[in-house]
Amino acid sequence: MKILVTVKEVATVEDEFEIDGTEIADQYLGADLNEWDDYAIEEAVQLQEDGIADEVVAVTIGPEDCEQTIRQALAKGADRAVRVWDDALEDVDLLDVNAKTEILSAVIEEEDPDLVLSGVQAGDDSFAATGVSVAENIGFQWGAVVNHLEHDLDDGVASVRRELEGGVEELTNIDLPAVLTIQTGINEPRYASLRGIRQAQQKPMDVKALADIGVDESTIETELELTDMYEPESESDATFWEGSAEETASELGELLRDKGVAQ
Amino acid sequence: MTDVLAVADHRRGELRDVSYEIITAGRQLADETGGDLHLAVISGTVDDFADKLNREGVDAIHTVSHGEEFNHDVYTQAVTQLYDELAPQYVLTPNSVNGLDYAPAIANQLDLPVVTDTIDLDNDGETLVATREMYGGKVETTNQLEGDAVVTIRGAEWPAAEGTGDAAIEAFDADIDEDAIGSTVNGFEEVGGGDVDISEADLLVSVGRGIEEEENLDLIRDLADALGATLSSSRPIVDNGWLPKNRQVGQSGKVVTPDVYIAIGISGAVQHVAGMKGSDTIVAINTDPNAPIMDIADYAIVDDLFDVVPELIEEFDE
Ligand SMILES: Cc1cc2nc3c(=O)[nH]c(=O)nc-3n(C[C@H](O)[C@H](O)[C@H](O)COP(=O)(O)OP(=O)(O)OC[C@H]3O[C@@H](n4cnc5c(N)ncnc54)[C@H](O)[C@@H]3O)c2cc1C
Repeated sequence: MKILVTVKEVATVEDEFEIDGTEIADQYLGADLNEWDDYAIEEAVQLQEDGIADEVVAVTIGPEDCEQTIRQALAKGADRAVRVWDDALEDVDLLDVNAKTEILSAVIEEEDPDLVLSGVQAGDDSFAATGVSVAENIGFQWGAVVNHLEHDLDDGVASVRRELEGGVEELTNIDLPAVLTIQTGINEPRYASLRGIRQAQQKPMDVKALADIGVDESTIETELELTDMYEPESESDATFWEGSAEETASELGELLRDKGVAQ
Repeated sequence: MTDVLAVADHRRGELRDVSYEIITAGRQLADETGGDLHLAVISGTVDDFADKLNREGVDAIHTVSHGEEFNHDVYTQAVTQLYDELAPQYVLTPNSVNGLDYAPAIANQLDLPVVTDTIDLDNDGETLVATREMYGGKVETTNQLEGDAVVTIRGAEWPAAEGTGDAAIEAFDADIDEDAIGSTVNGFEEVGGGDVDISEADLLVSVGRGIEEEENLDLIRDLADALGATLSSSRPIVDNGWLPKNRQVGQSGKVVTPDVYIAIGISGAVQHVAGMKGSDTIVAINTDPNAPIMDIADYAIVDDLFDVVPELIEEFDE
């Protein structure tokens, strides 16, 4: 079977930063593979190692800059990658769920996988909606926040656990083809080996514009407009202990003794 | 179209808190749009749920009796049919794990935009302004949209609705197509039992990703020993397999209410805070003075944990 993994390079923010309009100023930003996608890739690669998947394809929406990050998926074992980007996306502050859905759906329809794995959410915009939206759009089944997947996929069914709140898991059978949104902790993502990293440079990364996948610019018009970004007003009324580590530790020690919780 | 349709959440026979909070959020929006607040409750003991949900501000409650527990296909079908019937402007759902398992599907099916995990909503009669966080709570953003939308709300951001309402309670005869149901829920399992019950502890020393390496965890163990405290953690520590699941504090872990909670190298993401905000006294040790944990901390040390923790151990080892 063929597995497609949706991956994203997310922006990371330094502790101290400044906001420039509706964005964080460039110099305070870093880039990383989305944490949740790392687990999705690992799950797909394990399915391949278990002889269940014949091919693992990583798909991303992002500019050329993100290729280095996306190659991590290839370095960890994905066979090839598809990157969609277009001038039309250049000036969009926030690509909303519908826009991502249109683009990813077009790629999925072209690739025709049996299973799509995506991260529960992206660490930057945290929408946590794309996987399920895509599934509904292309008529796949789905499961959100999956933290365990049985690897036999017998009879075209994925047996999963969905991680609910409060330490409760839901045991669910989902017909394939399906989109599963993968929760952290489902596996232990591997580090890319040096060999993997070298090989990744040779693996194909197809770059496609919207027209190449048959998506009309007008259909990805973002309905949600990001109008402001600001640092949340600090509601902190904490007492900040100042001084050397020795001094602050002693303040804390005193508090713990006062409260009678430590000897 | 100015009405609001809000959907309740329940599990294993109990309405979840957010079901009462969504009434408050929905009422506020309906007041702003000048419409009615409709509530939907789907599956389970719907009549009993409807009685409980009949609080001040609800205009109508639509019950959909079908199956016991949440099934996203049933929810998707029921809510889209209610939308067709009631033509509300906004569909509101909780941003719970289940909410995220059907709200995006409804939005896609109805061809509506979806905005998730909102912490504030404001409507001036035309434009919806939704406030949400990005980058793990480091910034807040406002997002505008015109027209109808599906919106999910974060739990514990709106107060629970109170009082007794006089809503019209009506059974909605949803036409559920069984053939379109592509997943079956077979049951539930509680996880994270084991040797220690962190929810019983008076003093929790809780460690997060700031610890960096598994070996460094020994430092925090030493601290817990020196203080006679119980060791707990944020999620990444458990995800890495460094501590068992029964030590995880948070939305998907345990809710704890110790006398003192020491958060070491923990940023205070909303899902973590959900599990520990009821602690009597919260102390944060973090290099980032703006980390979200500072908003709920009573005491804070802005410093490197690798400098502070050894000093603290020394103090109690003497
Ligand atoms: C559906 C869902 C459910 C979730 N459930 C949970 C849950 O139950 N519990 C939970 O915890 N999370 C949960 N999460 C994950 C949550 O969103 C965060 O990713 C997680 O809580 C972050 O953990 P952290 O604070 O340890 O790490 P980070 O957010 O990476 O924070 C690390 C902190 O350490 C500080 N730091 C770094 N180095 C040092 C140093 N040397 N000294 C002092 N401080 C330092 C940094 O400033 C930072 O604030 C859930 C997420 C989802 C999507």
